[in-house]
Amino acid sequence: MEILLIFISAIFVNNVVLSQFLGVCPFLGVSKKVGTAVGMTAAVTFVMAIATLVTYLLQYYVLVPLHIEFLQTVSFILVIASLVQMVEIIIKKISPSLYQALGIFLPLITTNCVVLGVAIQVVTNEYDFGAGAHMLGLGQSVLFAIATAIGYGLALILFAGIREQLELSNVPKAFKGVPIALLTAGIMALAFMGFSGLV
Amino acid sequence: MGKNSKLQLIVDGIVKNNPTFVLVLGMCPTLGTTTSAINGMGMGLATMIVLILSNITISAIARFIPDKVRIPSYIVVIASFVTIVQLLLQAYVPVLYDALGIFLPLIVVNCIILGRAEAFANKNSVGDSALDGVGIGLGFTIALTAVGLVREILGSGSAFGLKFIQGDGMLAFVLAPGAFIVLAYLMVIFRTITKKA
Amino acid sequence: MAAKSTFGNMVLVLSGICLVCSALLGTIYAVTKAPIEASEIQKVNAAIAAVTPSFDNVPSEAVQEVEGGQIYTATQGGQPVGYAIKVSVGGFGGPLQLMVGFTPDGSVYNTSVISHSETPGLGAKLVDEESAPRAQVKGKNPAVNNIAVRKDGGEIDAITASTITSRAFLKGVNAAYEVFKANCQTVNTENNGQE
Repeated sequence: MEILLIFISAIFVNNVVLSQFLGVCPFLGVSKKVGTAVGMTAAVTFVMAIATLVTYLLQYYVLVPLHIEFLQTVSFILVIASLVQMVEIIIKKISPSLYQALGIFLPLITTNCVVLGVAIQVVTNEYDFGAGAHMLGLGQSVLFAIATAIGYGLALILFAGIREQLELSNVPKAFKGVPIALLTAGIMALAFMGFSGLV
Repeated sequence: MGKNSKLQLIVDGIVKNNPTFVLVLGMCPTLGTTTSAINGMGMGLATMIVLILSNITISAIARFIPDKVRIPSYIVVIASFVTIVQLLLQAYVPVLYDALGIFLPLIVVNCIILGRAEAFANKNSVGDSALDGVGIGLGFTIALTAVGLVREILGSGSAFGLKFIQGDGMLAFVLAPGAFIVLAYLMVIFRTITKKA
Repeated sequence: MAAKSTFGNMVLVLSGICLVCSALLGTIYAVTKAPIEASEIQKVNAAIAAVTPSFDNVPSEAVQEVEGGQIYTATQGGQPVGYAIKVSVGGFGGPLQLMVGFTPDGSVYNTSVISHSETPGLGAKLVDEESAPRAQVKGKNPAVNNIAVRKDGGEIDAITASTITSRAFLKGVNAAYEVFKANCQTVNTENNGQE
């Protein structure tokens, strides 16, 4: 039951990009075609799940016991950067076609605030799901990361669909490009606000 | 060269290369921390400090860094400066620390900083890089303060914390949708004005 | 312009950078540690002072971690004058953290909202001490009064159009009372027994 709550909350109610503003840069840049959006989602989900797993262990088995929590930012981003590098190498070996398809978006996952943002969120004790102030377990944290990535993908794919249509419509010159994309995102955010109170 | 082009570096950062309205970088904090003018300004200044420090450092050591470890090295430097700013704020300005929340550590992945390191700092002198940091930083701060101010006026009926109406404003503006919408319109206005100029 | 990318060079430079950065960070951490701790303690004590009668001890120094929350005992001249209990419940938009202050007889002295994710203009009105639920719960004793919104048969008015947030708030007050009953009342009866 709690798992369902985690999923609904992360995908709809607190959608990572439409209500938390994480991952907006690639959101505006990658979402021009639905196909690329799907590929990006897959890559991000994979990286986020593993990154959350590793940083969670890092936080509770290294940083906290050694009282060096202040190294959280540095160590987390290094973990993420290395993970992305590794994923790149692995994908290149296993499926060169997928590697070609993802192109530059793969290394760009490092600077995607979603990954670092979620990694930090799960280890911040304030973050719980209303069931009392307890820390998220390892399993819950990874599930949360996956759910967040799905929410990100949902927003990304919906957005790409709308933008493909926008390309064919009559947009005022001054609004072409980023401004109209932002307005679209704003209206989508308005729509997603309807989910609040669901959990 | 001379004073004019040094000044030009700063002006470019604010107008021609404005990170928010022209380069479209650093969107996350632009949307997430601009619920009020002061929060936006605080975030802009914190980012500017990290940007200047990182530009200077990277410009100074760029030639000693082997190409293959370029990005990880820059990231460690940037992350360290972000942590320093985090610690200093937490100790001496806790109100701002709490207000910025998760966006403070996220300065690390703010594409502006890594972007400037790659595009400018590692190819230019320390002095120029510092000025570039100031210019881009100011451009970012001004953009953030502007978005924050509009959202605050429309959404809370106050400006810089001083309320001028009774009760609440149009709340949608301090929430997610408002952020996207205000940014869109300000971007259009900025581009229209600077095109004419 | 950059140095050659030999393995040795790469390891050397990366390690060097990491070392220098760690040293720098360690230093700043040491310098800021005291002010950070001081400001955290000040925040906690301010939160406690807002919900309990005046005291002369430092409650943050003797926090009790129990099931369901944390208890800070405020004493004046050695005698407990108030118990500030920190609890967390699920609100409308996310977790709702409250500090509820009880006087030794079990009545609510005051409440304070430590953090929330409620909707601005609606549930977020909870941070205002004058809002209905917070103003009305003051002085009530959960053992005697029905601490619930009127819709649920209780005695407290909800914030207009924010029933869920108001319900969550009162759930928090009741949860704090459970903690009080389980941990503080026994202390009181002991004291009373000794007199």
